[in-house]
Amino acid sequence: MEYTTHIKAKSGWFDIDLKELFRYRDLVFLFVKRTYTTMYKQTILGPMWLILNPLITVMLYAFVFGRVAGLSTDGAPYFAFYLCSNAIWSFFATCITETSSTFTANAAILGKVYFPRLVMPISSVVTAMLNMMIQLGILVFVLVYYGLSGVELHISRAVLLVPVLIIQTGLLGLGCGIIVAALTTKYRDLVILVSFGVQLWMYASPVVYTFSQIPEKYLSFYLLNPMAPIITVWRHAILGTKGIQGIYWGISWLITVAVLFTGIILFSRIERTFMDTV
Amino acid sequence: MSETVIKIENLKKQYRLGTIGGRTLNAELQSWWARKRRKEDPNLRIGEERSDYGKPFWALKGIDLEVKKGEALGIIGANGAGKSTFLKILSRVTAPTEGDIWLNGRVASMLEVGTGFHGELTGRENIYMNGAILGMTKKEVDRKIESIIDFSECREFIDTPVKRYSSGMYVKLAFAVASHLDAEIMVMDEVLAVGDMKFQKKCLGRMGDEARSGRTVLYVSHNMATIRNLCTRCIVLDKGALIFDGNVEEAIGVYRAELVKDDLLLRIECKDMLRRNRLGMKSHISTFEFCDVDIPEYLAGDTMLFSVYWYNPEQIRDAIARITIKTAEDELIATSESQIMHNVGSGDHITRFRFNTKNLVDGMYKLVFSISEINEFAQTELLDEIPQVISFRIIEKDLYKNQKARWIKSYWGNIRLDPMTAEDITV
Repeated sequence: MEYTTHIKAKSGWFDIDLKELFRYRDLVFLFVKRTYTTMYKQTILGPMWLILNPLITVMLYAFVFGRVAGLSTDGAPYFAFYLCSNAIWSFFATCITETSSTFTANAAILGKVYFPRLVMPISSVVTAMLNMMIQLGILVFVLVYYGLSGVELHISRAVLLVPVLIIQTGLLGLGCGIIVAALTTKYRDLVILVSFGVQLWMYASPVVYTFSQIPEKYLSFYLLNPMAPIITVWRHAILGTKGIQGIYWGISWLITVAVLFTGIILFSRIERTFMDTV
Repeated sequence: MSETVIKIENLKKQYRLGTIGGRTLNAELQSWWARKRRKEDPNLRIGEERSDYGKPFWALKGIDLEVKKGEALGIIGANGAGKSTFLKILSRVTAPTEGDIWLNGRVASMLEVGTGFHGELTGRENIYMNGAILGMTKKEVDRKIESIIDFSECREFIDTPVKRYSSGMYVKLAFAVASHLDAEIMVMDEVLAVGDMKFQKKCLGRMGDEARSGRTVLYVSHNMATIRNLCTRCIVLDKGALIFDGNVEEAIGVYRAELVKDDLLLRIECKDMLRRNRLGMKSHISTFEFCDVDIPEYLAGDTMLFSVYWYNPEQIRDAIARITIKTAEDELIATSESQIMHNVGSGDHITRFRFNTKNLVDGMYKLVFSISEINEFAQTELLDEIPQVISFRIIEKDLYKNQKARWIKSYWGNIRLDPMTAEDITV
């Protein structure tokens, strides 16, 4: 007699049913769609916020860090520089903050019905990715404007790296987020820590400044932060600013994969019983 | 038809007392530090024993069960018997601590209808959402949407956000989605306890059809009538163990007996029991005692005699005693009032009550005894109530000799009113 499902007490180290996850792909897109259709209900400006939000942030950055503090942008126009950095960083930050509250924010649904739990963090990442695409759209618009008004742009073949970088950032954000998500089922204060942590991480990454401002002797240590090479390569690809040695990006990929696997292992251990502790 | 679809072996689930619920890292460190220094843990609830901390509690203590294809299995048991835990494990919301379950086919669990419904989305959007959560693909929903909308009786409002729906419509829509799942195994927890009678009937009918068409249905309920209607087999859980498996009527009998087995008491001392609100101040009941019986069992028509010891610090002008009678499953049936006791002086009282049981039909019952005061505006104010339920049993024998027909409670209720007269006036 063949049985299709076996529910057992102990799970293996890596117990993620990818086939099942794929079967629930429609759910991922419905969650994404739900987020969009409900996010701006009963607001005056509606989806305009998707554009206004990053614009305001970027203008603030350009004013505070560009004008007032006068940080170097390696020759790139201020507005494009911060728009570019903010796109990738806010994508990463949203991935972490959104996925880290997966269990606690959705306890009501998760406690009542089974579906592969990874569906929720994945749909958070997809949503964040779409938000970033909007920012990229604005960036393209701004770059075209610059190009037409005669500012010299350095767009090279490196632009092909953009999708790779987006995927890497998504995976890293997902990994970090689900590690925190797994831990928050037990310790709620990590939720508060996350928003602090992400802020701190931002200043430890070349978001509002460039890596060339870091003293030479700390540089190799500094670039171990997996986001530092990502952002640098990202700006190199889009704005043609100074790049880094490929080895650092390689290390960043290794860390990304390690974090993601740790996250999935932790997540798959917690997801089976988290309802007992939330 | 005798193919096994669910096979459960030695299923156990353990919870830990005291660690349930999210704690902060800080609290954890505090407790750890306190334990280190053998001081009192600052995070324990007052009155909670330290020894209870982290003490394992078995919600399920080893269940073995096989369910065949096409069976409609009822699961009954008192609160805390482990029914919900059992369903949660079956529907994979939480994992077992020990044991194995093998399933053949998809499981549709309806522990709650309307999971994932979002008020801002329209009925149609929610059908897709809820369907996907329950495991349907978009294509499947596309194929069934017309039938779902028809079943929900909400076609007019299908493109309106569900936050504008009445609660009845909400439930109908949710149930319509759930009932269109193509799962081989359906797991349900009291979902039919909602909606209006007509819709409930429709749902029950649909469930019945499901079972007949070869699906397996597992149904948890406190409502014995739906269990009777729907199920072909029934199991009884008690404190995490399976104590009966088989015929539905017998199972209901076992469940009833189990419910009251522990509390067929003759005498209840309730002087020091905790009262809710501010009861027990103006009048305080200390003892309740059934008189002239060995166990509180009465032949229908017997008079139930009981004494109540109570104390009141001040004189009460007009007092009244009540017994509220409930079924073993806690459904309220009826209430009997004493005559008004005038000018009850301060001090201790022993009062003997007589209650004629002739209107109660065969079965287990619970009663709640209370004393109230009637004030000058003819309003009654509850003074004290025995905080423990008191159980008793009514037995009917020799029905035929007593000129009574067999009574079916599910049709006619627990109270047999005084007989009406029948006089033939045919000319």
